[in-house]
Amino acid sequence: MASDNLQELETNFMCDPDADGGFVYTTVEAAINWMHKYSMWPMPMGTSCCAIEYMAASCSRYDISRFGAEVNRYAPRQADFMFICGTITYKMAALVRRIWDQMPAPKWCIACGACACTGGMFRSYSVLQGVDKIVPVDVYISGCPPRPEALLQGLITLQDKIMATDHPLKGFFKEHDLRQAQNAHTIPAGIITQD
Amino acid sequence: MNLSELQKAAADKICARFPQVSSKEFRGDITLTIAPEILTQAMRYAKDACGFDMLVCVSSVDHLGEEPRFEVNYTITQAETGANLLVRTPVSEAENTVPSMVPVWRSANWLEREQYDLMGIEFAGHPDLRRIMMWEGYPYHPLRKDFPVAGKDFEQAGVAFTQKAPTGGAPFTTTPGIKTAGEREPRSRG
Repeated sequence: MASDNLQELETNFMCDPDADGGFVYTTVEAAINWMHKYSMWPMPMGTSCCAIEYMAASCSRYDISRFGAEVNRYAPRQADFMFICGTITYKMAALVRRIWDQMPAPKWCIACGACACTGGMFRSYSVLQGVDKIVPVDVYISGCPPRPEALLQGLITLQDKIMATDHPLKGFFKEHDLRQAQNAHTIPAGIITQD
Repeated sequence: MNLSELQKAAADKICARFPQVSSKEFRGDITLTIAPEILTQAMRYAKDACGFDMLVCVSSVDHLGEEPRFEVNYTITQAETGANLLVRTPVSEAENTVPSMVPVWRSANWLEREQYDLMGIEFAGHPDLRRIMMWEGYPYHPLRKDFPVAGKDFEQAGVAFTQKAPTGGAPFTTTPGIKTAGEREPRSRG
């Protein structure tokens, strides 16, 4: 884990130890993704026993806040990703889709456990056979139910996926030079270099 | 008086008041068969005069191919003594209606909604007869014997949908062997 983080720092961030005050150079994309990655607010869609494992993962013993995802948002408009933990029936599917549509982009989805991934053991008239039929799933976690460690591993996998994402703001900052921007006077003079 | 004597006395009292009611005993438990026409009167009598103050369960049975096709079963209890009675009401498929017990016991409300949803039996006089398990607008009654366990495809645009589950013909079966789980399980994902 430690070596992974070091690798990530070397790839995305460059330190200049000689500069006064210590500067870090990076790309906008890497910085924004890095900020996203460690402040993921989950929308816990807990419908059965996987939700119990999720509760364990978010409490102090497994402590999901080590990975920045401890702020459970039951209001979908404040959430970054949906943690679908449990069996989704067709009656619930309409509501899951509605909540997903209410979440602001960028948003992600983790399907947690056998039922959310494939319908699990419920091959019957009432159960949705995998939530990927109604929402795009980024990470699948196997298990019935998965242990809290598996949930954390799923979250870390999602973080890696976010780190590899092209951010839409990337192009914006390349095209707009701050010194030529119309609103340059609103930017404090100290951070604009005069030629 | 022990429990089965209490139940016997109560059943005899109801049978004496309503001669159409037939009674059958099996290992100390008594089943009364009451026609839908006199069900409300008989149940009100059981509650008011015989002390059955609690409705525990409403269930139903589908005897497909027989007539009458359905039966509705009520389990009623004296909360003080614990004495139970099972009330069986046959319902023909053409009629398909029994009077609602909500005016007698309020706990019948959701229990009867469940039977309406899953078995498709109408309860006349129910204050709020909507589906309770399946989504509103779903056209089938899944616990009937002629409904396949895998379900049927149905979609109501903009509301919800249901798809047939990939059961491979037989739910909950698998072939033991050395193949991977994906091949062993007969129903690949549809």
